[in-house]
Amino acid sequence: MFPLEVSSVEINIKGKRILGPINLLLKQEGISVLLGANGSGKTTLLETLHGLRKLSKGKVRWSIPNKLAAKEQSFVFQTPVMLRRSVLENLMYPLRVRRFSKPNAIKEAMHWVKKIGLEKKIIQQATLLSGGEMQAVAVARALITKPKMLFLDEPTASLDGLAKKTIEDILVLAAKNDTKIIMSTHDLGQAKRLADDIIYLHKGLMESHCLKDEFLNSPPSDAAKQFIAGDIII
Amino acid sequence: MNEILQGLAQAFWLIVSLDTELITISLRSLYVTLTALLVSTIIAFPLAALIVVTRFRFRRFVITILNALMGLPPVVVGLLVYILFSRSGPLGVLGLLYTTSAMIIAQAIIITPLITSVAHQSMQGLWADYRDLLISINTSKPQRIGTLMWDSRRALITACLAGFGRGIGEVGAIMIVGGNIDNATRVLTTAISLETSRGDFSLALALGFVLISLALSVSFATHWFGKTERGGLW
Ligand SMILES: Nc1ncnc2c1ncn2[C@@H]1O[C@H](COP(=O)(O)OP(=O)(O)OP(=O)(O)O)[C@@H](O)[C@H]1O
Ligand SMILES: [Mg+2]
Repeated sequence: MFPLEVSSVEINIKGKRILGPINLLLKQEGISVLLGANGSGKTTLLETLHGLRKLSKGKVRWSIPNKLAAKEQSFVFQTPVMLRRSVLENLMYPLRVRRFSKPNAIKEAMHWVKKIGLEKKIIQQATLLSGGEMQAVAVARALITKPKMLFLDEPTASLDGLAKKTIEDILVLAAKNDTKIIMSTHDLGQAKRLADDIIYLHKGLMESHCLKDEFLNSPPSDAAKQFIAGDIII
Repeated sequence: MNEILQGLAQAFWLIVSLDTELITISLRSLYVTLTALLVSTIIAFPLAALIVVTRFRFRRFVITILNALMGLPPVVVGLLVYILFSRSGPLGVLGLLYTTSAMIIAQAIIITPLITSVAHQSMQGLWADYRDLLISINTSKPQRIGTLMWDSRRALITACLAGFGRGIGEVGAIMIVGGNIDNATRVLTTAISLETSRGDFSLALALGFVLISLALSVSFATHWFGKTERGGLW
């Protein structure tokens, strides 16, 4: 499936370019972290790679046909989407779609619900969970299919320290078990903890893609430098 | 006035003594409308879901047509079905005129646009929430339709209740295609209309009570479903 090859991709909406042109090569290993200010195009880029956006120009190419690659991917949205079903049924859903038997789906779902510490809420309607709990369910639901590629759009944005740690541990473990991860975050500390490589976006353009230390020690641009320093970028 | 009071007393007696004619007519009414409802839902629900999850060129146009069909005067539907099934009509050979089958067909035609439209509206809202997730999970179109129907089941039941209410109280169309034949096609509404014109208020009133209690049950059930929906009870 890897590498993922993105060549001259542009996304234009109503004649306005909101992303690109982007050239990017994503290898199988590790966790890639997407950094950039609000509106820099992180969500758009992730959705584009996942195939949710119509390309105005360029190509997104996996080493296997895109149709097959689509089955190996999961996506955690910036605002978690919960099915109007119980927590357990939310977790079972991707498995049922993939024709797992009900007992098997329940077994897997129970396993994951424990990992995210929601075993007391399995029969609760997922839409009534707290924002942080929804994000945990969304992460578990994304990983339950053992995807080869996992996209996460600010998955820990509204989580407290402990919940954030739980999710980060799950992600690190998944990355060890052959799930390629690309995630966006505003949390520089998280980037430092998790990232192998960092993609830096600025105003819809990819300013740099390099190893974490390289990015942190010698920021590729003034904007990136200010971003790391926590300054406001105009 | 006296006549009416007498009629009321007799009506009461007919009901408590479970008068055979009263029961037969009520059951026939239920049979016709429930069968029509069943046929309608089998067509309406998948059709509504299909319109929601598919982008095609005349989508808006189809929705407009549906809404217009909702306002079809039942008498006109009756007339059209009559012409269709009359001896010299295109489907005359089937010999369905003046049978409960013709009545079922007429009612199904009246109810289907209503149910489709209500179902479409609720599933449209759900689809706005679910779209990205269901595409991301790589669901097939039938799976999307199934998920939408299942997760909006309460709204769909409400749609059924509305359809039932419309069908059970309808008189124009079934009078024309059923002919109000004693022991064959006489139902609550047509019987009431006949007995009233004959001046036999007791049976008319007794039938009226049955009809009213059916209608009331429907609106109570609708109210109850509305409440559980908001409370997210199931
Ligand atoms: N469907 C759309 N129509 C119009 N503009 C859009 C659309 N989607 C994104 N944009 C614009 O594209 C730009 C990038 O948006 P995007 O959501 O990718 O930013 P982001 O980096 O994820 O920001 P944040 O950190 O706030 O989540 C924004 O200016 C946004 O207004
Ligand atoms: Mg975003």
